[in-house]
Amino acid sequence: MLKDEDRIFKNLYNDLGWDLDSAIKRGDWSQTKEIISKEKETIIKEIKKSELRGRGGAGFPTGLKLSFAPKELGSRPHYLVINADESEPGTCKDRDILRFEPHKLIEGCLIASYAISAHTCYIYIRGEYFREGQRLQKAIDQAYDKNFLGKNACNSGWDLDVYIHYGAGAYICGEETALLESLEGNKGQPRLKPPFPALVGLYGCPTIVNNVETIAVIPTILKKGSKWFASLGKPKNTGTKIFCISGNVNNPCNVEEEMGIPLKELIEKHAGGVVGGWNNLLAVIPGGSSMPLLPKSICETINMDFDSLIKAKSGLGTAGVVVINKDQDIIRCMARIARFYKHESCGQCTPCREGCGWMWRMLERMADGDSTYKEIDLLHDVTKQIEGHTICAFGEGSAWPVQGLLRHFRKEIEKRSHEEPLIKKKSNIPYLIDQHLLEKDSA
Amino acid sequence: MSVKKISKAQPELFEFNSENLEKAKKEIMKYPKERKASAVISLLFLVQKQNDNWIPLAAIKYVASMLGMPYIKVYEVTTFYSMFNLSPVGKYFVQVCTTTPCMIRGAKKITDVCKKLISQNQQELSDNKICSWTEVECLGACVNAPMMQINQDYFEDLDENSTKEIIQKLLMDEFPQPGSAKNRKNNSPETGKTTLLEIKNA
Repeated sequence: MLKDEDRIFKNLYNDLGWDLDSAIKRGDWSQTKEIISKEKETIIKEIKKSELRGRGGAGFPTGLKLSFAPKELGSRPHYLVINADESEPGTCKDRDILRFEPHKLIEGCLIASYAISAHTCYIYIRGEYFREGQRLQKAIDQAYDKNFLGKNACNSGWDLDVYIHYGAGAYICGEETALLESLEGNKGQPRLKPPFPALVGLYGCPTIVNNVETIAVIPTILKKGSKWFASLGKPKNTGTKIFCISGNVNNPCNVEEEMGIPLKELIEKHAGGVVGGWNNLLAVIPGGSSMPLLPKSICETINMDFDSLIKAKSGLGTAGVVVINKDQDIIRCMARIARFYKHESCGQCTPCREGCGWMWRMLERMADGDSTYKEIDLLHDVTKQIEGHTICAFGEGSAWPVQGLLRHFRKEIEKRSHEEPLIKKKSNIPYLIDQHLLEKDSA
Repeated sequence: MSVKKISKAQPELFEFNSENLEKAKKEIMKYPKERKASAVISLLFLVQKQNDNWIPLAAIKYVASMLGMPYIKVYEVTTFYSMFNLSPVGKYFVQVCTTTPCMIRGAKKITDVCKKLISQNQQELSDNKICSWTEVECLGACVNAPMMQINQDYFEDLDENSTKEIIQKLLMDEFPQPGSAKNRKNNSPETGKTTLLEIKNA
């Protein structure tokens, strides 16, 4: 288990106070000036060496992303945008950072803005997190009062303004280009890539978009050194991560742990075990609703890091662990997730707009026991038609959980399905064009 | 995509009161001068706050002219985002999360209470016209499931009884205490922390 001193978010449960004075006591805003007086290249190199991967779901190497911004400031300003549009079912980690560790995020904003030569930073918070946004605004005001932000921030000679921008309840705005569209005052529909935001982003200017947790860990990495961060976890999957354990566990909670911790340890030790005991476990969604579920047999041994989960045909995503026990109807659970995607599709690409509704309706039918055997393969085909045929990754996000269900719980669906009524009865219907199919014995 | 009902009864005029006008100007200042349109969501939130949780068409026109945007673009934004209401929802708007993590911890019991105490159907005003409820998608407090949002506050770790108490207070025009109904400390495990046991502010 990770030692307490190695945890980055020491105020995860708000025992120590979120305000500036308490944050300074925990080591925030110390050495900030020294860090910013280093070369930009040095900072980015240090982050690259730590092998930090983005915490927003895709796991893209952060150092590499920061290095995509043009090295020299041209005629267009650069922007840093923080993605706090946390809406993935099962995930509630950014909320705690906004509420209880806002100064880690703000300090990270300053360092990252300097590294990519940005003088303006927007933090895009989902509209429902109104109270969290208020808290963050208070923290930003405190930082301005101490001259940690604004002109000549921290006496480093760098100017930075941080603004909060609210969303208004659209999951798709967590996709970086949709987020930028929303920030520009349009409806949040993703843009075609390329050009990537690093070159043409907000208002057509170079923009780097990062998740809250990613930016909030950067100051600690730079203070304690990339070696320390890389020594935690596994190679290529380094550092710590906030896991959100929800669903049928005795003590649902958020907890910061080392990358690569066994899933079983996470559930048994921190979340008080599965309701009804470990043998009552049915399946686990390991990384927010977009990631395919894992049946109990895999949960026994799986480690929670990007690469191990990809090997198991799932993914770490946002590390929102949803535990489902045998008291639940797994098909109904996935049908509800399909309904979520149907509701949240932005409507731009046809495969996703139409396909998400299809998947939802078919899964509801399967849960009710009204489906035929043929429909199971049809459903799989629909998921394949959506995946990879859309502008953004929403298509994959909506198709993967259904594919996961079909991969691991096909028998459960088959149990409830039946033959097509017409074929079963073998009745002679004169107006049916496919009559010959019914007459064959194999039908 | 959600279906938006546009209210038939519409006020003729809408204008910000002086307090909100100040706030609106501040919001517009956050963005580059030629990019006023960026403030559209914040301005629509201010409208909703001033106008009992819903946005009349007159306000869409008002916001459009304030930001120099075409009316249809602001209209597009109000219909795209699920948090904007285009018909009255009452002074207290109850949004119950029913996505899978809440569902498996009993969100149905919460919606049943709402059905019984507020109104039979979603987005329908209660008898005394001050309250309505709706099912929403994930509100991002999965560890505190089941939960609901009333106006801007989160009510977490609910069960049937605590929901009843909360809704009854609302119907009497009182705002209940937000937060965990089990008095649990934020997102920590209910039976006591397993990490960060020894940590103090240095």
